[in-house]
Amino acid sequence: MANLKTSTKKTKAQSMGMHTETLTGKTQQKFFNPDEAENFFYWGTHDVDFNKRTEIDVKDMDCNEANKKIDSLMGEGYGTIVIKNPQGKHSLGVGILNKLNLIFEGSLGYFGIGSIDGPIVRVNGRVGWSCAENMMAGKVVIEKNAGSCFGAAIRGGDLICKGSVGARTGIDQKGGSIIVGGDAGAFTGFMMQRGRIVILGDVGINLGDSMYDGTIYVGGKIGSFGSDAVKASMTKNDIDWLKRKLKVAEIGSDFDISKMTKVVAGKKLWNYDALEPTEKKGAI
Amino acid sequence: MAKKKKNKQTTKGQLGKKKETAREKMIGQTIGYRYDVNLLPDYKKLTPFLKKYIEHMGWDDLNWLEDVHMGYEENRPAVFDRNANGWVTIPKKIKLPDNQQDRDMIARELLVKFQMSPNHPLVDLKKAYRKF
Repeated sequence: MANLKTSTKKTKAQSMGMHTETLTGKTQQKFFNPDEAENFFYWGTHDVDFNKRTEIDVKDMDCNEANKKIDSLMGEGYGTIVIKNPQGKHSLGVGILNKLNLIFEGSLGYFGIGSIDGPIVRVNGRVGWSCAENMMAGKVVIEKNAGSCFGAAIRGGDLICKGSVGARTGIDQKGGSIIVGGDAGAFTGFMMQRGRIVILGDVGINLGDSMYDGTIYVGGKIGSFGSDAVKASMTKNDIDWLKRKLKVAEIGSDFDISKMTKVVAGKKLWNYDALEPTEKKGAI
Repeated sequence: MAKKKKNKQTTKGQLGKKKETAREKMIGQTIGYRYDVNLLPDYKKLTPFLKKYIEHMGWDDLNWLEDVHMGYEENRPAVFDRNANGWVTIPKKIKLPDNQQDRDMIARELLVKFQMSPNHPLVDLKKAYRKF
């Protein structure tokens, strides 16, 4: 905390008492108990066996029915579920907070496999807008192409598209890794705050526009840099990580990583205006 | 000699505390993170618990835990729990190494244990509001 007594002139926010008041509800501080037992499940999730496999045909189901069916199969202990005939349905496979091996034999529509936390998902076709939006953990592999906003607001895990992706890939990304084997559209990494994006092909205009933090690696040509996106030099740690991650992503085994361009935030947009606390007060 | 020892002790007690810039003093808040959020994990430092967790989940690597680092809350080592949206403070009796990579691995292990615990704050919320 700043030593406010030393400043001679009070800002508007300081005179309003914004710097001394106790904000409640802002930070929930918890203390870790070192006696916690080893446990790999969230409370209320299912203990499944990867070797227990089943198939469901969702041709005549809507997304709600299909998602509930997946949940009930996990409840029965199935750890590998194959979904037949997804036929581009929207919002399939969302909200799975379990370890699971989920395979889609076909293509998905909009907002597929969103908000997942743990499963390994393979889509043997294409995906529409906002695939794996808000993904928390797990691994998703798309065998063909993906639409716009691929991995929007992703917070963790590995999201892989072996083909090309549309515009605004990783928009508002807050963590995790997005790996694209082909090209990516405009505004890739728009407003990203954390995490990593790897594009092996070319990328469109305004790469990393208004990015706050995080790292973007590009193998091909860059259309143009967005506001505050700057080149950085590759480190040994970057190269080691890329080699390992491309193996995980099952792509780019013969790709020359040393020729990739690393892009980070220039941090020129880190503007914390003196009036910000006042604005916060207004919002509260 | 004695003077040097005193300085060293002061630095150790201020881990995670950095000198404020003029702008930070002016606005009364810290700008940016107080640790390297982009630090990539060193897989040679994996703990046995994390190896077991990765194997259990069927992943190839640390997955979402790559983004977990040992941070600081009120100048005490803490790890951010995104599920509870709050910092989990590390008890004083847990002695932490100086190396950031080692500290990060400990943070990852503690966070997994905390999140999977039946005492996690979200458990009560789930009990009250889960739909299916």
